[in-house]
Amino acid sequence: MTTPPITPELEALVARLVDARVEARLQQSGAPATNRASLLVFSGDMDRLFAALTVALASAASGMEVSMYFTFWGLTALRKRKTFAGKSLGEKVVAMMLPSGPASAGTSQWHLGGIGPRFFKHLMQRRHVETLPNMIALAQEMGVRMIACEMSMDVMGIRRDELLDGLVYGGAATYVADAAGAKITLFV
Amino acid sequence: MANLELDCRGMNCPMPIVRVSRAVRNIAIGDTITVMADDPSFPPDIEAWVRMTGQTLRSITSAGTTRTAVIERCT
Repeated sequence: MTTPPITPELEALVARLVDARVEARLQQSGAPATNRASLLVFSGDMDRLFAALTVALASAASGMEVSMYFTFWGLTALRKRKTFAGKSLGEKVVAMMLPSGPASAGTSQWHLGGIGPRFFKHLMQRRHVETLPNMIALAQEMGVRMIACEMSMDVMGIRRDELLDGLVYGGAATYVADAAGAKITLFV
Repeated sequence: MANLELDCRGMNCPMPIVRVSRAVRNIAIGDTITVMADDPSFPPDIEAWVRMTGQTLRSITSAGTTRTAVIERCT
């Protein structure tokens, strides 16, 4: 088979066909990355939560869609109270041991039996840094999607009425669907 | 063209940017916001923010620890 001479018309035809195929392939491969930041918040440490919320707020302020998936220790950030009634012994132990909310979260380093968090809170207050509960409320107000991991809640016996209002409840696939279409993904 | 003044002095990262992002929604395209902030990361952050959001940083000046940025809403 001999190659036909490449005329401008043939070249234009090939270019059109290639464009059409690329377009079709792109549509098949699912949604392209949206302008989204997706954070997997595993830690319940005060300092790490600060980092996560700071990035989430800055992303939302920069016009990005933000999704935060809270799992295991991270659920601390979403707690508004702790309840004991109707829980098993194991669940009561968890309720007793876990901080009752982001305001009483410990630090990942220099915890020193609770002196560390108070020391850092004092330093932050002096510099007028926003408190964690305020940052979380602001993030919700700015439309940050907050998802609570239902398996962690189930394991630790955390009930929906112990968590903030306006949350989404889901599992790993909910996180994956958000992260797959995100330009920024962080594990905190 | 209207200008809105926003005093973010005493606020820390990321609050000045959060405030600017909310204020920009309340002004018309072509209007400006004059922001004062003393957060040390404000100058690089506001530059990054205008790049992300498609607004224009008209000027940034400093007096003492206060940085004053003039931002024009473009989108």
